[in-house]
Amino acid sequence: MTMQLLYFAWVRERIGLAEEIFALPDTVKTVAALLDHLAARGDGYAAALDDRAAIRVAVNQAHVAETFVLGPQDEVAIFPPVTGG
Amino acid sequence: MISVSVQREPFDVAAEMARLKAHRSDIGALVTFTGLVRDVATLTLEHYPAMSLAEINRLAREAEARFNIIGGTIIHRFGTLATSEDIVLVAITSRHREPAFQAASFLMDWLKTKAPFWKQEANGAWVMAKDEDAVAGEKWGV
Repeated sequence: MTMQLLYFAWVRERIGLAEEIFALPDTVKTVAALLDHLAARGDGYAAALDDRAAIRVAVNQAHVAETFVLGPQDEVAIFPPVTGG
Repeated sequence: MISVSVQREPFDVAAEMARLKAHRSDIGALVTFTGLVRDVATLTLEHYPAMSLAEINRLAREAEARFNIIGGTIIHRFGTLATSEDIVLVAITSRHREPAFQAASFLMDWLKTKAPFWKQEANGAWVMAKDEDAVAGEKWGV
């Protein structure tokens, strides 16, 4: 049971990956907890996720809040505020 | 029904307008908004392919539910675009002008804050999201 993590724009650049497979630990329940968990990996992850106010998350291609509860097979995309249009 | 396309290729605004008007006698208003690359030589738009089309379709369905419109077209481009090239088209038809103006404004405000696209300049700098865009999106009470 693994989830897919996707990174876009400067989040992708700082982490140095566009996507990765991730086994969701039992202790990580919410989007906020996932961001904390990833930031604790240090280096690029910390640099990408340090400013939490500048981070947006979509789960299974829909925008969600940090309180959203994750499932083990979700597709989780992490990115800066969008600048389309 | 508003049709949606996310594409690398350029679009032809006049051709899209003609398509919306074809074989109809009930359209009294056609509002178009075109967003262009400005100030920089090139701009590269990254997007989240699995989400961008679905999210714009969701916004289109919301606009259809909110406003008394007939139809429309939304086209959003990605890839590297040169200055003055078209980025986005929102074209809306209705019997009278006000719903078309309203729906086009709603869709652009929402695209700015919801559609998963990110703009990067040629020097690598990422265009920052503007607070005023978030405020404009929120005024529709979504």
